[in-house]
Amino acid sequence: MAFANNTSTQNSKRLSQNVAFWIFRLLSFSVVAILVIILGFIIVRGISVISWEFLTQMPREGMTAGGIYPAIIGTLCLVVGSMLFAFPIGILSGIYINEYAKDSWFKRFVKMMTNNLAGIPSIVFGLFGMALFVNQFGFGDSILAGSLTLGLLALPVVIRTTEESLKAIDNSFRIGSLALGATKWQTTSRVVLPMAFPNIITGLILSIGRVSGETAPILFTVAAYFLPKLPNSIFDQVMALPYHLYVISTSGTNIEASRAMAYGTAFVLIMIVLLVNLLANWLRRYFSRKVKMN
Amino acid sequence: MKRYFHNLGEKIIEGLITISGTVTSITVLLIVFYLFKEGLGVFSQTPVAEGAVLAIHPQNPVKELSAAEVKEIFDQNITNWNQVGGPNAPIKLFEVDDITDYYTEEQIGPDFEYLPQRINELVSKDPNILAFFPDEYLAKDFAGKRLELDNISVSQFLGGRQWYPTIQPAVQMGVLSLILGTLWVSLGAIAIALPLGLATSIYLAEIANPKLRNFLKPVIELLAGIPSVVYGFFGLVVVVPLIQDVFGLPVGETALAGSIILGIMALPTIISVSEDALRTTPRAMKEASLALGASKWQTIYKVMIPYSISGISTAAILGIGRAIGETMAVLMVTGNASVIPSTFLEPVRTIPATIAAELGEAPQGGIHYQALFALGCILFLMTLAINLTVDMVSAKKKANR
Repeated sequence: MAFANNTSTQNSKRLSQNVAFWIFRLLSFSVVAILVIILGFIIVRGISVISWEFLTQMPREGMTAGGIYPAIIGTLCLVVGSMLFAFPIGILSGIYINEYAKDSWFKRFVKMMTNNLAGIPSIVFGLFGMALFVNQFGFGDSILAGSLTLGLLALPVVIRTTEESLKAIDNSFRIGSLALGATKWQTTSRVVLPMAFPNIITGLILSIGRVSGETAPILFTVAAYFLPKLPNSIFDQVMALPYHLYVISTSGTNIEASRAMAYGTAFVLIMIVLLVNLLANWLRRYFSRKVKMN
Repeated sequence: MKRYFHNLGEKIIEGLITISGTVTSITVLLIVFYLFKEGLGVFSQTPVAEGAVLAIHPQNPVKELSAAEVKEIFDQNITNWNQVGGPNAPIKLFEVDDITDYYTEEQIGPDFEYLPQRINELVSKDPNILAFFPDEYLAKDFAGKRLELDNISVSQFLGGRQWYPTIQPAVQMGVLSLILGTLWVSLGAIAIALPLGLATSIYLAEIANPKLRNFLKPVIELLAGIPSVVYGFFGLVVVVPLIQDVFGLPVGETALAGSIILGIMALPTIISVSEDALRTTPRAMKEASLALGASKWQTIYKVMIPYSISGISTAAILGIGRAIGETMAVLMVTGNASVIPSTFLEPVRTIPATIAAELGEAPQGGIHYQALFALGCILFLMTLAINLTVDMVSAKKKANR
């Protein structure tokens, strides 16, 4: 009798486990399904819009026809500008936190502030960029102001990436180098950094993806509603892909007529994200294979 | 000599590195400084637009009106002076355009040169008048009583329900509906994302085989990489019409649409943080549970989830933080009506969406501009509180170990 009972609890245990696992499986695949639906929808609707003209021409007829060339160039300028600012400072800052700073209240403070900076909403960066770069420094709505704002936004990501990559390097390499008479900077620049390089570069590429899609920080610092020409200097306004998508899908002159343009723009944005992710994944694999071969 | 330069170079590099290390701290401090410098300015402004005058008859006993009362009067909801502490007499509104009802064009003068005089006459003649006009038409010997409205107070700002930042004659700066709208949409997002995210993290951490896991992880990472404006666009063309059809609503731009989109956006954060938390469960604990005859599922919900509950709550809090600060997607799908929502099927307006939608039109340094920075302060404080909570939870977790 007791034996029979035992099997029935066993059975019900197995049943409840099976039910629970199936639910988890279903929910997990629904997350994947969401991604597939979003990507699929935009790719299917957007790909028919993509043409050489769409990518290389100015918008025409109230942004219902023509292309998105100035927005592509604008986003490119902003990505390059913000990375010129965020990469050196972020990498040096990561080196500071992991290699140079002594374990003190100051290091904890710096880490806490970096964390906080990462948690600040992007629209607050927009407000700040407008108050400091646009108004206080008098840059006006310009590539410079927008790039600095985006650069600040990307800074915590770059710092964390660098810090994590450096942390993964075994301490014996540092000690060995120092023991051979190398200075701290020689150790960092010739031993530690080259070893951490693959991880750092992967993280940096991912941060490019993030910066290229940000809208809120550039709303009031650089983005132009409609500006069918290319920038001449870093003090010019530019159009940008994410802002362009926002404009033509919500407040364009003729929202229905510019829908196709909107699908095309969303497609280009998605493609940037996909390419950046693929590149990062490929690099990660490439470097890890290389390390193994060595 | 060479050695000396070498040392010097080393010192310079070390200095550069240290300076770079302080950049984030300086940035955070600068952000706080500029936000609060502009934002707190709103509390030293009166709600009456600059360069405008509110005036009453000199014998009218009413001394002051609140901004809300002024709005009610001009909306004709308050029509009698006794409702605002005056005599029992109807309020007679006068705006500068009404001048032609009282005087001919000749009396006003071709270039309005007699206008200040005429307004002065009107205000001193009619005991029930409430006049609103630009101060360039204020006569030198103005006989009426100018009403000064109190500066906007912190409690009015935080507790007021009306957000009409550009209305004449007195702006309404109540942000309660915006704060509640933000929380409403974010909590809705978490209600959607937490079950889904937690289930996925359990699946990834314990159930899925490594091959499947290696496929799923980058897919979920990709979800985090999609720009928010693309989510907003997707919401606008797919989710919003869907909600409109399913619930038979006049408009589909609702809090629900915002919550769904934000929920999807919060998923990657929730999944990766809670998966990491589940993975910290010591192997010995899991194996002990299995050895005692518990099934894998029993081990998950009786051992692993209780053990990693602080990590899971961190995931939820971070998810809320992500949702609170999200701008573009919300701006595009929630309808942006500044009312306190009662159901998820109504339009709402969040703080970030308000800033994004209105800052472009607010003149720099004006009261509206400052009010939007004050909203930025509130948003900053909300996310700071969230970050500190997360820090505290993880510090506690470390101390327990």
